This record gives sequence, structure tokens and C-alpha cells, in this order.
Amino acid sequence: MRFESTEQYVATDELKMAVNAAITLQKPLLIKGEPGTGKTMLAEQVAQSLGRKIISWNIKSTTKAQQGLYEYDAVSRLRDSQLGDDRVHDVANYIVKGKLWEAFESDGEAPVLLIDEIDKADIEFPNDLLHEIDKMEFYVYETKETVKAVQRPIVVITSNNEKELPDAFLRRCFFHYISFPDKQTMTDIVNVHYPNLKQELLKEALEVFFEVREVTGIKKKPSTSELLDWIRLLVAEDMDADALKNRDKASAIPPLHGALLKNEQDVQLLEKLAFMARRELA
Amino acid sequence: MLIGFFFHLKESGLPVSITEFLALNQAMKAGVVGWTVDEFYQLSRTCLVKDEALYDRFDRAFGSYMEGVEAVTEETFKDIPEDWLAKQAEKFLTEEDKAKIEALGGLDKLMETFRERMKEQNERHQGGNKWIGTAGTSPFGAYGYNPEGIRIGQDKSRHRKAVKVWDKRQFFNLDKDVELGTRNIKVALRKLRKFAREGAEEELDLDDTIRSTARNAGYLDIKMVPERHNAVKVLMLFDIGGSMDDHIRTCEELFSAAHNEFKHLEFFYFHNYIYEFLWKDNNRRHNDRISTLDLMHKYGPDYKVIFVGDATMSPYEIAYPGGSVEHWNKEPGSVWMERMKEVYKNLVWLNPQPEQYWDTIPSCQMAKELVDDRMFPLTVAGIDNAIKALRKKV
Repeated sequence: MRFESTEQYVATDELKMAVNAAITLQKPLLIKGEPGTGKTMLAEQVAQSLGRKIISWNIKSTTKAQQGLYEYDAVSRLRDSQLGDDRVHDVANYIVKGKLWEAFESDGEAPVLLIDEIDKADIEFPNDLLHEIDKMEFYVYETKETVKAVQRPIVVITSNNEKELPDAFLRRCFFHYISFPDKQTMTDIVNVHYPNLKQELLKEALEVFFEVREVTGIKKKPSTSELLDWIRLLVAEDMDADALKNRDKASAIPPLHGALLKNEQDVQLLEKLAFMARRELA
Repeated sequence: MLIGFFFHLKESGLPVSITEFLALNQAMKAGVVGWTVDEFYQLSRTCLVKDEALYDRFDRAFGSYMEGVEAVTEETFKDIPEDWLAKQAEKFLTEEDKAKIEALGGLDKLMETFRERMKEQNERHQGGNKWIGTAGTSPFGAYGYNPEGIRIGQDKSRHRKAVKVWDKRQFFNLDKDVELGTRNIKVALRKLRKFAREGAEEELDLDDTIRSTARNAGYLDIKMVPERHNAVKVLMLFDIGGSMDDHIRTCEELFSAAHNEFKHLEFFYFHNYIYEFLWKDNNRRHNDRISTLDLMHKYGPDYKVIFVGDATMSPYEIAYPGGSVEHWNKEPGSVWMERMKEVYKNLVWLNPQPEQYWDTIPSCQMAKELVDDRMFPLTVAGIDNAIKALRKKV
């Protein structure tokens, strides 16, 4: 049972090792990295590559840890009691299972549980899940039962670094930082997504892409997902590799830059650089 | 062997814990990786390091542990025969490097200087630009950037492909020296939270539901209330520039923590002390100002005001008209502070200057008196006390 790169996803050796270590030792794997480096995608691919079910829990700023376990729907129960429904006698009928419970209960092989963007939640959120993630069990007060994982799910947690996570939580996780792919890895990634792309166009596009990323002072560096969007546009517009290649210093703005640069100031910055380069040439 | 490694990491300032160390051992036992050093490097990093900002520190610690760079002392090199060093140098230098050495006066000259330095130097050295050691820009040593350098304690050029993965130190710009993050500041700030219900009605109001159901002759009458939100309103005024440059890091941390913690947060800048206007953007401070009177009208008395400044200036800047260093102020800063206090009952001053110096700075004492002693040091404990003062009902 080992995780490997799939047809849609290129994983570096380090990443594979981290995932496999987490699976073997049944510890949660915390993934951080620049936006667009495929953090969320990883969990889906782990599930696919191992043939497991994926259960994703997307965290918002209002998400409470309890919601991942279960919620007690008191209102329905009250209403049912008025209408004389027989279900009302069993409190268990009104317990709504959360994602964690779902993952614990899942029969067959252990599923992959994705806790996406854990840093979005309240600062105490990770602390509230310590015991549940560690022991893979929790207690339901309403029915006085303990829910225990049949099999420990493979837990993948992603974070965008908006908030720092508590130490006690970090100690229980394995950690991997997805660093920005180098040119070779990037070529592999694009090839996986657009297998029929002309290699020449790809080479030029990557050249431009890494150039833009290296411009000092840029606010939002384009990432993998932006590159993929941009290449899709280039292909759709039937752009030629020469069009990318023949741009001299005077036109520092890549064609169809809207897909690469999401920030008005960044576009202005590039325009300014192009203007200065033109003036130097003149 | 691993115990030594663990302690080495701890000594290098990595916050590794026993739980994590046991996990690493477990993983080794479970055969997650093979027995190559590269794989061990990856595995130990995954298990032990939980912050990419610490990757570089880990790389360095790992490198020094694995290669015994620590063992490189002057003793090691005292009796090195010249031809051996020359060979070593040749082995590691490219044609290009060698050409540059010629520029320095040739290999012989370099060797000579090396021996001289060796005599001058009597302890192991790291960093710097003259002594022999690691991580400097002296031509002697390793991990440095001098193209003419002789590498000691590093077996391959770090600028070439064959370099070991931890020797690449690709995470070095992520390292942060501050151990304290914004987390503890946030934990302190959150005590200021004041919950109020506003917005869409989403939660069941149990008490009201029971009451109205009873009134409704037992028929269920559900009452909902809006969810509780943090409704505290905070106005932060930062001293900027001049003597505050020393404290910029702490202020940034405070600012980013506050920014995440409070929904209703407004911030403005001032220079040294508060006068008739403030500004929001330091680049446009002369064009885009808000008058302090407007500020007091716009943000009501329910705002809690936090001044952040070192209050280190000439006393004239507080007490006299025209005392400001930047412009002619008609009224002294103290008058403006009195006006602020009139409007905002909950007002504190956070001072990044260590508390024990306050008494020795006259302006600091004046500023403290002007805020009725509600001046607190900009430390976690100080923030705690400041929040307590802000929560007091007045």
C-alpha cells in the first residue's frame, strides 16, 4: 500500500515519502505550501491511488470542531414531539453525523479524510480536535455512546498559513511543505494535464512563467494553477511558440497575461518595466 | 545513534519533542524508508519539523551532524601538507574558479594567506568575512559565496548539481529568528472579544422558544436568534518612523494579530505624538490625512483606542504649541490627548520600550500621565494587562 504519482498528479519523492510515512504510522499529515501547488488535490489523489473513499471537510471561519463530530437537532425533535411522531422516543434519531464520524464509521478499507484549510477556522479549532484525531474516538453525550474508528482513516490536513497552529496539534502530525516546483517538475505537471502540447510551446511558456515569477516586487506570484489556466488559453487561442519566443525586452508583458497576473498592480509593474526597457533600447 | 541526533537538533534550536522523536523511531522500525541518508533526511524532516520556516535551520543542523563539520577545528588543519591542500583545492575548483584564483595572485599566494590566517585564528569560527570557518565570505571555509574560496567542511560545491539535498539549503529565506509568533499575541487579544448577536437569525433561542411555546398552549413556537459575533470595535493608532524603526517587527506582529482578531478594526498612523491630523497610508501622509476631530466624530465612543508608540521624544513635542518635529501645530499634543480621552473612555497606550526605562525618559512619563497611567509594555503580559484595562466599565 504505497502512494505513487498518478496520471493526473506529479508527486515528488519527498512528498511520496511523507504520505507513505503518514499512512504507515497512521498519523495525520499536515500539508502547507504556496497557493496553487496542489495541496487539496493531494488528498484526492491519495484516495484515488489507493482506491479509497474520500471524505472532505471544508473548514470555514465559522466551523466548529463539534460540527465535525455530530450535531444534535433539537428543533426537529421538538417538532416531532408535537406531531406525535414515534421517532421522538429515541434521541439517536436526531443526531446528525459529522464528517469525522462518517470517516470513523466507513466500512471497507479506511477512507481518506481531508480537513481542508484548517487555518480558516477559529484559533482554538485545532486544539478542540486533538483527542479525536489522536485516539480516533469521541463520546456522544446525548446517546452516551463512544464512537470509535473501525479503521483509522488517513487524515490529510491542509493549511494556508493564515493562522499559526498550536504546538500540541503540530506534534501529533507529520508535516510536509510543498515547495514550488522547479522547471523539470513543472514540465511533468503540465504534460500530465496537457499530454498533446507542443514541447516547444511548453518550453517557451515555462520560460515566460518563471521569468514573471522572478520579477522583484510582484505581489501575487503566479502559481501552478495559473500556469495551467494560461496554457489552456494559449492553446485555445492557438498561440505560436514563436509569439512567446520573439518577444524582446520591449514587450515584457506576456500575451494573455490576465490568466497569470491576478493583481492590477502587478500588471502595472510589468508595464512599467517594459516601458523602462523600451526607453533603454531607444 | 538517533539519540545523539535528537539532542543535536535540540541544541541547534529546533523545537523537537519526544513524541515526534518516538514517531520517527517508529517510522524507521516500520521500514517506511530505506537506509539511505537522503531518505532518512526526508523522513526525519517530515516527523520532526512542523514549520517551513525552520526547514533551513534543520538543513544546517542535519548537515553539520551528518558530516561532522563541527569537528573541523584549527587542529585539523594545522599539519596539513601543502600538496594535499592544493590537490583538494584543485579537485573542487572548476577552470573558471581557477582563473579567478589567478586573479587573486595564484594558488600559492592563496595558500600562503591561508596559513597566515591559520596562525592568527585560534578558535573555530562561523560567519564573518575574514576567518576560516563556515558560512562566511572569507575565501577560506565552506558554504560561502567567495568564488575564490577554498572549501573546508563541505564536500561538494553547493552551486553544482551533485550537492547533497540538505546542503542546498533551499529554504534559507524562510527562516525566522523570532521564536514568538503572533499566536500568543492573538490569544491575549482575544480576551477583548465582546460577543453580540447581529445579522441573520440562525440559532435556536431555547429560552424564548420555551416561553412562547408555553404561551402558545403547548404548541411549538420556535424562536431564532442571530449567531454571536465578535462585536468589539478597536481603533489602533501607530507611531511610525524615527525611533519606532527599532520596534517595527513587534509592531508588525501586533498589527497582524489584531488584524485577524477583530472585524471592526481601524488603524491610523501618527508621528511621535497625536496632533490635529492622522493618516492611513504612509506613502501619502502629506496628501491623504484625516483630521483628528473628524476621526472622533466618525468613530463613536464605543470604540476602544490603542495607541502604539515608544513615547520617546522631546517633552516640547507634547507640551507646547509648535512642538511637533514635522509641522507647526497650533495646539500642543497634550490638548489633543485630553480630547481623545474625553471621547474614548477605554483608551490604552502600548509602549515597545522596555518598562524599566520609562522613568528615565521624561516624555515617556508625561505620556503615561496623560493617559492616566494606562501605559503598558508591548509584551504578551503587557497586552494582557492593557486588555484588562480596556474591558473595565467606565
